[in-house]
Amino acid sequence: MKANCWIRPNQVEIQEVPDPKIMNARDAIVKISSTAICGSDLHLFGGYIPAMRKGDILGHEFMGEVVELGDEVKNLKVGDRVVVPFPIACGACNACEHELYSLCENSNPNVGLAEKLLGYPTAGVFGYSHLTGGFAGGQAQYARVPFADVGPMKIENDDLSDDMVLFLSDILPTGYMAAEMCDIKPGHVVAVWGAGPVGQFAAASAFLLGAERVIVIDRFPYRLRIVAEHTGAETINYEQITNVRDALKQMTGGRGPDSCIDAVGLEAHHHSLPVYAYDKAKQMSRTESDRPYALRQAILACRSGGIVSVVGVYGGFIDKFPMGAVMNRALTIKAGQCHVHKYMRPLLDRIEKGELDPSFIITHRMSLNETPQGYDLFKQKEDECLKVVLSAN
Amino acid sequence: MSQDSYLQRPADGATTVEPSGRQGTDGSPEGGGAPPQGGATAGHKDKDPGLRAGDRGGPASWIDASPGMPRSAEAISMADRRIARALGWFSLGIGIPQVLMPGRVNRLVGLDNTLFKRQVMRLVGFREIATGAGIFFSQPKPAEWLWARAGGDLMDLLMLTRAFANPMSSKGRLLLATADVAGIGALDVIQARKHSLALKESGEESSMKARSSITVNRPADEVYRHWRDFENLPQFMFHLQAVEPKGEKRHRWVAKAPMGNTVEWDADVIEDIPNELIAWRATDGADVPNSGSVRFVAAPGGRGTEVIVEVDYQLPGGAIGGTVARLFGEEPEQQIKDDLRRFKQVVETGEVVYSEANPRGTISGHQIPKRPAQPLP
Repeated sequence: MKANCWIRPNQVEIQEVPDPKIMNARDAIVKISSTAICGSDLHLFGGYIPAMRKGDILGHEFMGEVVELGDEVKNLKVGDRVVVPFPIACGACNACEHELYSLCENSNPNVGLAEKLLGYPTAGVFGYSHLTGGFAGGQAQYARVPFADVGPMKIENDDLSDDMVLFLSDILPTGYMAAEMCDIKPGHVVAVWGAGPVGQFAAASAFLLGAERVIVIDRFPYRLRIVAEHTGAETINYEQITNVRDALKQMTGGRGPDSCIDAVGLEAHHHSLPVYAYDKAKQMSRTESDRPYALRQAILACRSGGIVSVVGVYGGFIDKFPMGAVMNRALTIKAGQCHVHKYMRPLLDRIEKGELDPSFIITHRMSLNETPQGYDLFKQKEDECLKVVLSAN
Repeated sequence: MSQDSYLQRPADGATTVEPSGRQGTDGSPEGGGAPPQGGATAGHKDKDPGLRAGDRGGPASWIDASPGMPRSAEAISMADRRIARALGWFSLGIGIPQVLMPGRVNRLVGLDNTLFKRQVMRLVGFREIATGAGIFFSQPKPAEWLWARAGGDLMDLLMLTRAFANPMSSKGRLLLATADVAGIGALDVIQARKHSLALKESGEESSMKARSSITVNRPADEVYRHWRDFENLPQFMFHLQAVEPKGEKRHRWVAKAPMGNTVEWDADVIEDIPNELIAWRATDGADVPNSGSVRFVAAPGGRGTEVIVEVDYQLPGGAIGGTVARLFGEEPEQQIKDDLRRFKQVVETGEVVYSEANPRGTISGHQIPKRPAQPLP
């Protein structure tokens, strides 16, 4: 089959690779209909995440049709249409029982590596380096799905196109969880750093969860325009309004936003060249793995006693973390890779009821063969690219 | 020591941390009495019956296993340890002048002071510094470096006795120097022997100890049953090839060894408390003497069962065998950890988890990815 393989930093290639096979009795093989490129895939693309090997198949947002089942999978049939969540969860460990699916204690066979970097291993993830287990990803024509009786969600309603449900695999639940972690109360103002796909869904979810106002911060006018049009959020372009903290204070009567969402992560950008250059240089010399501008700003801007909700992906360590602000102003930091399984069904219900149409973020459609161009487009944010969806078969 | 004392110092210097309000070994409450004897294994007053530290082997046994204070250190007296350190200082003390002022040292010991002899003396000086440093850095197990010192003394003796034939040497000084070296050499040999013997007695020379624990989200009886059926163990213990029963309490174990070989031994179950403890020991005459235990303790908060494994074994080939095993990625503690992880996977999910890059499951020895994350051909 054809698959998008990581070759080296800033290079991916479509290669002919073997078809996946059932390895365990609870596996399923899915023939992929649609898949997408995630913002976190760009961290792999850029070489920021260690433990990549030439030939690794990327991709963790995918859906399709079940074509083969292991003997122990009782809840699915061949021919079922399923969306597959990106964390692999066994359903039986303590973490899974508490709905913390991205912390599954069993699904990552590469624990030694993850333990050294993070302290404990986390769940296995499709196509996201050997730190998360070295599973083949979903930017391909077929994928093997472990624990198929736990993860994949059946889509019964044929009226829902792939565009409407594909994002249940990752970014829609991630944006939703970001907003849910903010513990939004009536009258709250939520600030979101990052108007990428996750930031867009975080803004939309914040309104769904009762926020009075949402303010989104980014530097790309087209992204800010899309979030304003489709969610009703207010926007700040930080290349024009460089003092974001001040702007947020003024917009909230001096209080500051009640909660702040970091939907940016480790490849944050800073408008001031010297500051940006410092962290970029440290990253290149591997003395700092992540760039923390968005996180720092979110912490310093958050109102005292508020919540900082982090869903932007970080890999390792950051410099100059404003711990003084966190401690003295009683901030709460909530973070995590999304526990997708927990949110898939409730969000599907909202989509079916018409409360939410996630397809608004799709700006480019390509075939699997064009995936490398998709990565370039997405990374450079050319042609007003917001989300690239790939059809695989 | 007051009743509230939190940090207590037993006689041999190891530090333990005990909950306050503990009772002393004789059962009487603490009240400014002497520190408890015998180190950290003194009894605990149960503060919370659900959390009996003794069940997990207690904090004491963890301290004993810490690298800071090995058992062999207890077999050596303070005096001998001081002598070993003094020999270290002595090495440094003569090594430094030998390197910096080889000419003066040559004349002092009665050698003729040629350029060649000065170079040699410098080299001897470096050797002395190295053995001195070695003795310090290898504390508290300096046996090997003491033998190195003794070897160096022998080398010096040989060089000095040869110098007697040289008409340019000063015989009187040479005689004195030879006597000194012989004396120090004897001391080195005595000390080295003492330290080596202590190592052998405590079994540390070639023994390896490994322990690890994991929490399995199942009740203790289910977890115990999975483990007690020894014939199933190779399913998740990858270093085992097979386990065959030979009667009620005895089994024949076949394990994989480096280089594709196998090692076999018989072991008896010496203790079997259902849902609590299984302990085994290899029979006498086994190629790889080993013993171990696995404890099953209810995890707090209804989170299942803690499985605590301790394994003690003597490797064939002694310490060298141990090093070889480590080089081949078969570090015993890592193996136990991996075995436990796979055990947890099997008990909780029914299978060992594979990925495309790890088609045989969790094997921490293979940290550098051996294959890409692609389906197997």
